[in-house]
Amino acid sequence: MTGTDEQQHQQEQDRWGAGVIPYAQMGYWMPDYEPKASDLLAAFRITPQDGVAPEEAGAAVAGESSTATWTVVWTDRLTAYEHYQAKCYRVEAVPGTPGQWIAYIAYDIDLFEEGSIANLTSSIIGNVFGFKPLKALRLEDMRIPVAYAKTFPGAPHGIVMEREYLNKYGRPLLGATTKPKLGLSARNYGRVVYEALRGGLDFTKDDENVNSQPFLRWRDRFLYVMEGVQRAQAESGEIKGHYLNVTAATMEGMYERAEFAKEIGSVVVMIDLTVGYTAIQSMSGWARRNGVLLHLHRAGHGTYTRQKTHGVSFRVICKWMRLAGVDHIHAGTVVGKLEGDPMTIAGYYDTLRLDQVDADPRKGLYFEQDWAALNAVMPVASGGIHAGQMHQLLHYLGEDVVLQFGGGTIGHPMGIAYGAEANRVALEAMIKARNEGRDYLAEGTDILRSAAKHCKALETALDVWGDITFNYESTDTPDVTVTPTSV
Amino acid sequence: MRITQGTFSFLPDLTDMEIKAEVQYALDNGWPLSVEYTDDPHPRNSYWEMWGLPMFDQHDASAVLQEINECRRANQEHYIRVNAYDASYGRQTTALSFIVSRPSVEPGFRLERQEVHDRVIRYSLHSYATDRPRGERYGVNGGPGPRG
Repeated sequence: MTGTDEQQHQQEQDRWGAGVIPYAQMGYWMPDYEPKASDLLAAFRITPQDGVAPEEAGAAVAGESSTATWTVVWTDRLTAYEHYQAKCYRVEAVPGTPGQWIAYIAYDIDLFEEGSIANLTSSIIGNVFGFKPLKALRLEDMRIPVAYAKTFPGAPHGIVMEREYLNKYGRPLLGATTKPKLGLSARNYGRVVYEALRGGLDFTKDDENVNSQPFLRWRDRFLYVMEGVQRAQAESGEIKGHYLNVTAATMEGMYERAEFAKEIGSVVVMIDLTVGYTAIQSMSGWARRNGVLLHLHRAGHGTYTRQKTHGVSFRVICKWMRLAGVDHIHAGTVVGKLEGDPMTIAGYYDTLRLDQVDADPRKGLYFEQDWAALNAVMPVASGGIHAGQMHQLLHYLGEDVVLQFGGGTIGHPMGIAYGAEANRVALEAMIKARNEGRDYLAEGTDILRSAAKHCKALETALDVWGDITFNYESTDTPDVTVTPTSV
Repeated sequence: MRITQGTFSFLPDLTDMEIKAEVQYALDNGWPLSVEYTDDPHPRNSYWEMWGLPMFDQHDASAVLQEINECRRANQEHYIRVNAYDASYGRQTTALSFIVSRPSVEPGFRLERQEVHDRVIRYSLHSYATDRPRGERYGVNGGPGPRG
């Protein structure tokens, strides 16, 4: 044996000897790796335990989310293991945050079952988040290769088809969640729906926890809601909808409720994120087969998306849901009562609506994303927003969005229909001002006040809510930012 | 009743100057305009009559407004809408659509209910105007419109 051969032989023995060796030395750290176009890429924020090198921590994440276990196994040698190993190819210190790094990891497309969010997520986040060498771990972003995206059917309808189906163009859609969300009888519940829709909203909505409780069983709710929807259509000559929440304990239960919603003529049904990824994909197929829009409420996401050091960023959830195939998803308001820094929210909205998304660290987008014509998802802005913020909502969220004013409609002192009218007049006035070339963001208050001159309902809404703001510091912000986190 | 289809139905009827400003906005975005009219405003009536082809090559807002007014003169007591079309890749759909004329009286819709099984009701929306033949739906022979 030559010296080099001997060295190689020794290395081989080190790699395959029984016991524990660092992940980095097992091939999971590969700084010279060039990711392939067909690779799935992930950006993890890692906070290693003291004394653990970031490269080793990144390699451990790559290993534990692909082929590795804690010790050397000889059965690896029965496989083309290098193909199946995820490769951590870069770690970067997070600017201004000692102890945190972004680890970039490439996964071969071969690791994932076609068209399965459950498999994708079990692979990427299934095993690694409780790993002891890391204090915390967060999946920040993911680049879905076109080849994998094309194994998913995407949104049952998408933004363009939804607008044509509803015959509504050139403005955001308006919605409201029925309040109080718990306790109304079916008959009273339908009254709220009728008033809000006839007043001018496009959609009303069941809240996430409105399923089929003792005080309001689903079948009774559906029947009274549809009476309200149909009456409002007759009063306005517009298509209206109510997101009937079909979330149930079993798939059989959900199908039964969805079938009934379709039978009585609802244009849209709704599910909660809590039903799970497989159920979401099943309902997506149902919605596609039956021509019913599918609304997704992101119930529970804050438990794992909000903290900056640990969990899964909501922009990743947006990507998974765009693949899984929903027509609507709640994605933040910027100005409302729930978490949301403006640039971070812009990153979510871009992810849901654009076909080609550029990498942009200011928006928290670590990778470019090519959706290859996968249907766009309509974002929904809900939670603590009101007519007085219309200029800000249009500025931050754009036109392809559902603006949901729950309290801001139903809490109107003159009644629900007037609350709805105030929102619709404020919206149309703001769109008109924008189209006329006015600086609507700066002149927003004037535009609203002047529209209120011919609309008592809007005048009252502005008097009641005009000054209400929710200015709190955001928890989840991009690391590169020059924008304030509240407005 | 007042049918509230279209982008600006909750605002006072647009003046010609306001219509021209919207047309200009569409042209600035590269969206050609088209004019359509109907006497059946049922929300599922997708195909209003086309007042000529979409004006793909008309880039002058005044000329578009002139077409709108021609359509109004020829179709009094009708609903008339102006559409802006976005042909760009990924959209290829209407970008803006607003009503610019209405009949002087809008009779609206009757909601028909058919009670079927187990408390289920089948609903159907009936446009009162379509009880009469085309051309006679809003006053005798169309009648003079408010903007006539």
